[in-house]
Amino acid sequence: MPSALINIPKKAKRGDVIEIKTLMSHIMETGYRHTASGSVVPRDIITSFTCRFNGTEVFRADLYPAIAANPFITFFTTVTESGKFEFEWIGDKGFSETAQASITVE
Amino acid sequence: MTVTRRPTRRDLVRGAAVVAAAALARPALAQAAPRIAVIGGGFGGAACARALRRLDARLQVTLVEPNKTFTACPFSNEVIAGLRELAVQQFSYDKVAADGITVAAQAATKVDAQARSIALSDGTTLSYDRLVLAPGIDLHFDALPGYDEAAAEKMPHAWKAGEQTMLLRRQLEAMDDGGLVVIAVPAAPLRCPPAPYERASLIAHYLKANKPKSKILVLDAKDNYSQQKLFEKAWAELYPDMIERIALSQGGRVTSVNPATSEIVTDFGNYTAAVANVIPPQRAGRIAEIAGAADHTGWCPIDPVSFASKLVPNIHVIGDAAIAGGIPKSASAAAAQGRACAAAIVNALAGKPPETPRLDGACYNTVAPGYAFSLKGIYQPKEDQYAEAEVTTSPVDAPPEVRQREADQALAWFGTITGDIFG
Repeated sequence: MPSALINIPKKAKRGDVIEIKTLMSHIMETGYRHTASGSVVPRDIITSFTCRFNGTEVFRADLYPAIAANPFITFFTTVTESGKFEFEWIGDKGFSETAQASITVE
Repeated sequence: MTVTRRPTRRDLVRGAAVVAAAALARPALAQAAPRIAVIGGGFGGAACARALRRLDARLQVTLVEPNKTFTACPFSNEVIAGLRELAVQQFSYDKVAADGITVAAQAATKVDAQARSIALSDGTTLSYDRLVLAPGIDLHFDALPGYDEAAAEKMPHAWKAGEQTMLLRRQLEAMDDGGLVVIAVPAAPLRCPPAPYERASLIAHYLKANKPKSKILVLDAKDNYSQQKLFEKAWAELYPDMIERIALSQGGRVTSVNPATSEIVTDFGNYTAAVANVIPPQRAGRIAEIAGAADHTGWCPIDPVSFASKLVPNIHVIGDAAIAGGIPKSASAAAAQGRACAAAIVNALAGKPPETPRLDGACYNTVAPGYAFSLKGIYQPKEDQYAEAEVTTSPVDAPPEVRQREADQALAWFGTITGDIFG
């Protein structure tokens, strides 16, 4: 199983509003929990998510410890030309994942 | 999936003592026998009605249940897989009535908590001093776009035993070898939490013997589930490469279905099923909502010691409909709650404080004939909610004799619980 799941329409009409769904597998450890011996479980979360279309940022989210494991982010955008969506998740402990998906605009 | 609690000698002694105390403390009640109505004749309601009569033979108990025959859900997955006939799942209320319980073969259409009365589908009214709601679950059709009662004829849920069970069985029997069986599993809370996985196992057993090129896909709105390691080990051993499960974090949550095209849609995929078993989200039986006993979650908050509704007076809620913390929504949990609720009502009528219940449970899962495992628990109220006091799960590594013994115990359990309640 890939760690990133992306769902965008393969095709759309120029100017259509399209829904984009993303899911990234991640533990989202808050940094507020303690082990049985009392030591803090270090924070390990995704801190930022970015979506670019043909190189231009169209959506960005900052993530915080209250967000549950495996963040599921869904949003809408409009498309005026065919191209490529690029997704990027960045987080603690050097976490960095990318994914991409193409759309044909008719 | 089950939890059992048989009446102990202590219960009987306690019951007798309560009767004596009630007679002494409340002579007026000896003339006007308290009227207890129980809505719902499943494992919880029927167990409660009979326990009430056993604890205090003076009580005037009415069981409101529209079905003349009760069809048990535990072991209905065996019926789907062709390992068992539906007739052995069915029980009459004759023995319940023989205990001196009035069985009203009517649906309850309204509850007036202020007037303490119930409207029945034949237009009559039933008055009560205490009401026990044991309505089980309703399928929450609105919660899954594309799914409704008509869709259930094409994509059976088989989550209430009976015709739906047989419909799913017939679809599997009619399916071509190589077909894809999709099981859609909702998020918690649901009736009988491990049952979807027992079902996947037993359908795999049927397909392996009859249609070995077929596959099963479980689309799950949960990441983890009860006895997961045991199921996964059994699937690897018995049905390698036959069952695939897509969990919530892999995009497994079903967001809509299309009965016309047999499509099942998740956030990240679209699947066409040869046979679709769509188990929709659930909520307490409708009458609980009508009575005002269900909250915004669709389930009924209760006081865990007395099973008294937190929302309406003189009403108790037991079984699947209740919010009962760590207790799974299962047949024997319902039966154990029914008996504990009966004891609480008898105590309350006698003006005595309720005793703290201790509910024993055993939940069996059969993954193939002669191969079962279980979860056994003891549940007690803790901080206003039920919690697991003790839970034992079958070992993940065990020799075949252990699995065989648990399969035998599962059958014996079914005989005991149905014998206690309907025999």
